[in-house]
Amino acid sequence: MATVSTSEFKSGLKFILDGDPYTIVENEFVKPGKGQAFSRVKIRNLKTGRVVDKTFKSGEKVEAADVMEVDMEYLYEDGEFWHFMEPTSFEQHAAEETAVMDVKHWLKPQEKYIVTLWNGSPLSATPPNFIELQITECDPGVAGNTAQGATKPATVETGAQIKVPLFVEEGEMVKIDTRTGEYLSRAKDS
Amino acid sequence: MDWSPNTTQQTRKSRAQMLHDIRAFFLQRNVLEVETPALSQFGNTDPFIESIQCIQHKSEGSELRYLHTSPEYPMKRLLAAGSGDIYQISKVWRAGESGNKHNPEFTLLEWYRVGFSYQKLMQEIEELLSNLLPDLPKKAQFKTYESLFLEKFNINPHIATNEQLIDCVREYIDHLDSDGMNNQSLLDALLSFCIEPEFESSRLTFVYDYPVSQSALAQIRQTEHYPVAERFEVYLGQAELGNGYQEEVDSKRNKQILSDENQARKAFNLETVNEDRLFLAAAEKGIPASAGVAIGLDRVLMCITGEKSIQKVINFPWDKA
Repeated sequence: MATVSTSEFKSGLKFILDGDPYTIVENEFVKPGKGQAFSRVKIRNLKTGRVVDKTFKSGEKVEAADVMEVDMEYLYEDGEFWHFMEPTSFEQHAAEETAVMDVKHWLKPQEKYIVTLWNGSPLSATPPNFIELQITECDPGVAGNTAQGATKPATVETGAQIKVPLFVEEGEMVKIDTRTGEYLSRAKDS
Repeated sequence: MDWSPNTTQQTRKSRAQMLHDIRAFFLQRNVLEVETPALSQFGNTDPFIESIQCIQHKSEGSELRYLHTSPEYPMKRLLAAGSGDIYQISKVWRAGESGNKHNPEFTLLEWYRVGFSYQKLMQEIEELLSNLLPDLPKKAQFKTYESLFLEKFNINPHIATNEQLIDCVREYIDHLDSDGMNNQSLLDALLSFCIEPEFESSRLTFVYDYPVSQSALAQIRQTEHYPVAERFEVYLGQAELGNGYQEEVDSKRNKQILSDENQARKAFNLETVNEDRLFLAAAEKGIPASAGVAIGLDRVLMCITGEKSIQKVINFPWDKA
């Protein structure tokens, strides 16, 4: 297995710690003029998303993680796996529920996602920042109600629950920020 | 290609002014400016400092030299030759030291005062730094290494066993695995991660009288219960600016230190380096009683300009050099 020394540490580097894959978020070099050097890092667990602090002595080695981020198209879910496809090679990858847990409600067929592969298996999927989805369920629009900021609950085609302004109707396409789950606007083509 | 300097014109002017002020300070005190070689046949044996090696290819084989990590050894040869008080401003190199406060190539001010005690030298450093940083709101504070460890951890660093230090690291630094750490590494970790962050910002802090495992080339003094190294560090806020000693002038002990450091290198699986025989020969002739210090000028310039990263005060830092 390839190893990486602390001297090669930089943001984005991926390695294995206690069996889990991590990515370096921040790396700080700490060294007294006449003494032991350390690499103080903030690292994100790629399975759980949790960010933790860790300090390595300079020269320590860690096991490099075979982690890649690949653009893929979401296909469908079969009750057990969520299927993605690399659009150029048509190679398909089946993701377990743990890998898509956080983004299940933003998975729309034919939409592009960044899928993180660890040893070839999907570890997580990141939706595009903005996505256009159809409203599948909400109370009827209230004509003429222009009260600023007034909202009502709505469900979109992927199952996510969002809040929309009162004038939005069932069946409409809306633009949503997937990072916050907030409604942004009506989609341009609707 | 980003060819442009990382500094503003204001920072470049501040650097020029700082260098001018330092030279004026020493001129007024009759301390002589000197130069010594940057590229030497001998390297720094300190196991925690890596010299950059340079190889010159010749028809009869190649010659290994080291870029100096500080001008300490040859400056002490000048002292032995009767130079009297001397200072030097030079570029030095330390392999692999890169970060917000480190650039592998940096500017060091090093000076030696013959007949000074390290206490008196600390006073002089305070005067120089107060000249360069006139806006500091408070006078410097002086703390023994021991008092810092007693206040923070209730352990005495001079007599604590490695087991006690490991327990302390486990309790206070949960993000660090203490496996394979020696006495010096454990003390460094506790100082760097637990004590330094609590130093008052915008104030000079002098830490003095180090454990003997941290003595480097400092003289050792016997106290009633244990020996201490007459070494000190100066900080501004949490930033370490410099390191100084009551210089060890005993030639046998200097020889022993370099050889012990090379032994420590072997224990760490590091390459040993050529010990500076010319320095040792000068020490045998006799280095006068003196105190000396090295100050990182790029760090001082960070304090003067308020820049948070050393890369912003160096025109062309490592990645652009």
